[in-house]
Amino acid sequence: MELNGSQIMIEELKAAGIEMAFGIPGGAIMPFYDELLKADFPHILTRHEQGAAHMADGYARVSGKVAIIVTTSGPGATNLITGLANAQMDSVPLIAITGQVATNMIGTDAFQEADVYGCSIPVTKFNWLIKDVNEIQNVTREAIRVATTGRPGPVLLDFPKDIQITRAEYTPRESVESPLPAPRQYPELDMDGIEKLLEAIERAERPVIIGGAGIIKSGASEELAKFAKATGIPVINTLLGLGGFPGTDELFLGMPGMHGTAYANFALCECDLLINLGARFDDRVTGKVSSFCPKATIAHVDIDDAEIDKRVHTHIPILGNVRDVLITLNERLRPGDYDEWRQTWTDWKANYPLQYDWDGSIKPQYVIDQIQEITEGNGIYVTGVGQHQMWAAQFIRFNEPKTWVTSGGLGTMGFGLPAAIGAKFARPEKDVWLIDGDGSFAMTLVELATAATYNVPVKVAILNNAYLGMVRQWQELFFEKRYSHSHYPENPDFGMIAEGYGVKGINVTDVNEVRNSLETAAEHDGPVVLNFLVNKEENVWPMVPAGAGNDEMQLAPPSREARS
Amino acid sequence: MSRNSNNTKDDTHTIAVLVENKFGVLAKVASLFSARGYNIDSLCVGVTQDPSVSRITLVTRGDAKVLEQIRKHLSKLIDTFKVMDMGETDSVEREMILIKISAPKASRSEIFQIIDVFRGRVVDVSTDTITVEVTGDEGKIHAILNLLQPFGIKEIARTGKVALTRGAKTLKGSKN
Ligand SMILES: Cc1ncc(C[n+]2csc(CCOP(=O)(O)OP(=O)(O)O)c2C)c(N)n1
Ligand SMILES: [Mg+2]
Repeated sequence: MELNGSQIMIEELKAAGIEMAFGIPGGAIMPFYDELLKADFPHILTRHEQGAAHMADGYARVSGKVAIIVTTSGPGATNLITGLANAQMDSVPLIAITGQVATNMIGTDAFQEADVYGCSIPVTKFNWLIKDVNEIQNVTREAIRVATTGRPGPVLLDFPKDIQITRAEYTPRESVESPLPAPRQYPELDMDGIEKLLEAIERAERPVIIGGAGIIKSGASEELAKFAKATGIPVINTLLGLGGFPGTDELFLGMPGMHGTAYANFALCECDLLINLGARFDDRVTGKVSSFCPKATIAHVDIDDAEIDKRVHTHIPILGNVRDVLITLNERLRPGDYDEWRQTWTDWKANYPLQYDWDGSIKPQYVIDQIQEITEGNGIYVTGVGQHQMWAAQFIRFNEPKTWVTSGGLGTMGFGLPAAIGAKFARPEKDVWLIDGDGSFAMTLVELATAATYNVPVKVAILNNAYLGMVRQWQELFFEKRYSHSHYPENPDFGMIAEGYGVKGINVTDVNEVRNSLETAAEHDGPVVLNFLVNKEENVWPMVPAGAGNDEMQLAPPSREARS
Repeated sequence: MSRNSNNTKDDTHTIAVLVENKFGVLAKVASLFSARGYNIDSLCVGVTQDPSVSRITLVTRGDAKVLEQIRKHLSKLIDTFKVMDMGETDSVEREMILIKISAPKASRSEIFQIIDVFRGRVVDVSTDTITVEVTGDEGKIHAILNLLQPFGIKEIARTGKVALTRGAKTLKGSKN
């Protein structure tokens, strides 16, 4: 049959099982939007293209499925850059389709022309400027394959307006001819590496597991639980690995690194075998590399060989899908005897718990604790970036994978609200809680309009300290309390703002109202914003100062250390 | 990493990459270097016997760790077929240089002699300059530049290195 370029792309998207689109139209993408009316997947009209990107991101993290983002050329496309960079850093699959000026206008500084191909090279896994209607079928199919396989990531297709309406013969096909080099073949399971690791596990006296995003992305949580249970090896989860292992399990040691638990960092410093399953040894995890796991043999399982030996020298590298490797490990396990070690880390857990004190003000940690209590760890938890994000990571005890949505690698303030909306689209049956900061929330709060329009009942808890709190904390600790431009003394009335968007808004100033307001929000049939005026000067502890080793962790401010 | 190298300086490496012959791919390779702060000393791109495949030969510097990252990231590019550090196999490396030398009558015969020894070719002559073409490995190019220096080098243009493995072995790059 004969179709135009837009129709061909939509046929291919449908065939690939795309179920969701987010975006904003404009001149250079109007023909595609015209056909989108007839596509049988919903399109969510957002208020900003960055919001569309984060929605697709939140949707993908929770559903494991890829959504498309559609924008016009020029400013529509450049507004996506942050969203793409965010997805690239955290290995989240997305397909961005950006309108482009007509092919005969490219390179003439035409109205709303931007070199989107050039701009997006460093922030995508792959990108393509479509120059011929006959390549659309293959390229669309391949875009989805590239985004979702191997180490996932964002892909951008730049789609000139004239190609969107050019007609061509189209035949639906099972398999297409790839315009790209054959996908890299991952080697057969690295049995040598696996055997070495099994031997190391048998010999070890103080082993510890660190599970990263690879656990979540490869669907390895159950295998990880089996592995940990069968061996008795304790599990640390990185920021992006949270949810990969039950937060309430006795073997769970929490998060490592800069704002990790004391016992996770102690375990890293003391272990003699570190088993890294799909984590990329981020600098916030390792601290100073030279003092990272100084006594340990280091094993690293990763699907991306560019991650192996990148920052931390690995003794046992295993290239492969984490789940596949774990399945094989579980079939052959020969655990050693770690009883003494177990005593050591259980004592640490008992003696150095996460804590905060109580002074009558609303402590941000308390609000998170209460959210944890009323949801029993069964919600989906989304955050902005800053102190509130670290407290959420510390105090929520996740029961399942894919229930934690946070911007890790890029640390994108403003990620929260749109990501929460995307997450709710992915799993409408789940309670989605956004734990946000006042600074982060203000960056993308315009998407409240999207939540209201589509009645997406996300529950927003702003931990409003009237500060760019994380910046304020660093200034307090490392810049002798010179608070340079980190204060928002005239924060808007977020409760009233929410109401203005048609969203229920409640300002909470009394600690005795916290529980009630959370319950009200949980029961409300629609989106809610709870604006908690929290203690302004609370800091996140423990803390490993930037550039220091994990052995230099501070448990609490010097004056308070004695007490805790 | 050990290498029996044609790479003269220890940390200099000649890398051959087979990529999709398509617009924008070179930008991706360049972006990969700029994003990580790695320098490219020379770069040479041309189409191969398969017109859909281009061969990029680039010379870069870095210790073993940096090199390993460069190789892995080049391989990771979706448009890449194959990556090879030419220093790791026995290979032939060549570069071509055009040298414009100031050559008043008095010094011409001496210049011609040098060119002869290096099997260079004179490709242009004017009243007071000679332009010569020389092909060779890095050592040879270095040597002739040294010898011609005293006469006055007015301008040079270098192609950058290209390299092939010796013997029957090739870098396979086609899609099938
Ligand atoms: C887009 C963006 N700009 C700046 C930063 C730097 N930054 C990191 S945390 C932070 C403060 C965040 O403030 P808020 O959202 O109120 O959270 P809080 O730390 O107060 O909990 C800033 C400015 C960032 N991560 N992202
Ligand atoms: Mg704040």
